[in-house]
Amino acid sequence: MSEPVSALNKAGFDGIAHVQEIGLQGMITLRGNLAAKDLKAAASAVAGVAMPGVNEANCEGERGLCWMSPDELLVLCPYDVVQANTAQLQQALTGTHALAVNVSDARAVFRVSGPVAREVMAKLCPVDLSPAAFSPGMFRRTRMAQVPAAFWMVDEQTFQIVCFRSVAQYVFDLLSVAAQPGSAVNLF
Amino acid sequence: MLTLQCPYCGVAADETELSAGGEAHLKRFGPGSSEEEFHDYLFTRENPRGVHFERWRHSHGCGKWFHAARDTQTLEVFGTYKAQTTEPPKDIRDAITAKRPGWTWRDVA
Ligand SMILES: [Zn+2]
Repeated sequence: MSEPVSALNKAGFDGIAHVQEIGLQGMITLRGNLAAKDLKAAASAVAGVAMPGVNEANCEGERGLCWMSPDELLVLCPYDVVQANTAQLQQALTGTHALAVNVSDARAVFRVSGPVAREVMAKLCPVDLSPAAFSPGMFRRTRMAQVPAAFWMVDEQTFQIVCFRSVAQYVFDLLSVAAQPGSAVNLF
Repeated sequence: MLTLQCPYCGVAADETELSAGGEAHLKRFGPGSSEEEFHDYLFTRENPRGVHFERWRHSHGCGKWFHAARDTQTLEVFGTYKAQTTEPPKDIRDAITAKRPGWTWRDVA
């Protein structure tokens, strides 16, 4: 077997916030009727957390469920069990109009952390990131400059970002520029 | 700058998060239609200065298509509604009438 390597091999950058590619993360795209009992049960069984509401992320450590759209969830799990978890989902949803695909190697995952992490993200996304509008537990799909991205907050000072693997270097460079030393705006 | 609320995820989406999809509520004419009908379906579009109905997609968000009613001159948004709608719903038409009495658009009003 080949040895899996994440897009940027855990590259990091230190500025007004710390930018880190976190390495391998198991990610499964699950599409189907999110109101269906079978699907909810299968997703929760694999992720070990309850179903998130609209625009919410329900995460614990490397596991979690993120609301992507009215018919799509992102299931998070440790990378080494992602194939087994995908098979488990497919097995549980046999005969149901649903789709579970392992997309771990098609994505890259970053963390931006520090007291001004909100500012770094706000420079790049058309999203209200004031503490009153966006807080841990919420989930947002949007764009970062020229590319699609999705993120949620692990805690009050940490964002976790998912983007396509093919634009991982671009997103790392974006975040690094937005986090340049001396570039704090002190907006929030 | 235009901000439309996506009726599926509820996000107040900035224009840069959306893709424009052209005029709303077109009736498709395909095989079996007259040349005149097919021509109009392909090419004839409203181009109003004022009240207009459009299709938009929350392409950098939840990915869903939806409808929007807005004023092309002032960029005022009267409302958004789901794609599974063949004509503008009454609350949207009422909202427009409240602000643009006497408005017209194709055979909707
Ligand atoms: Zn949406």
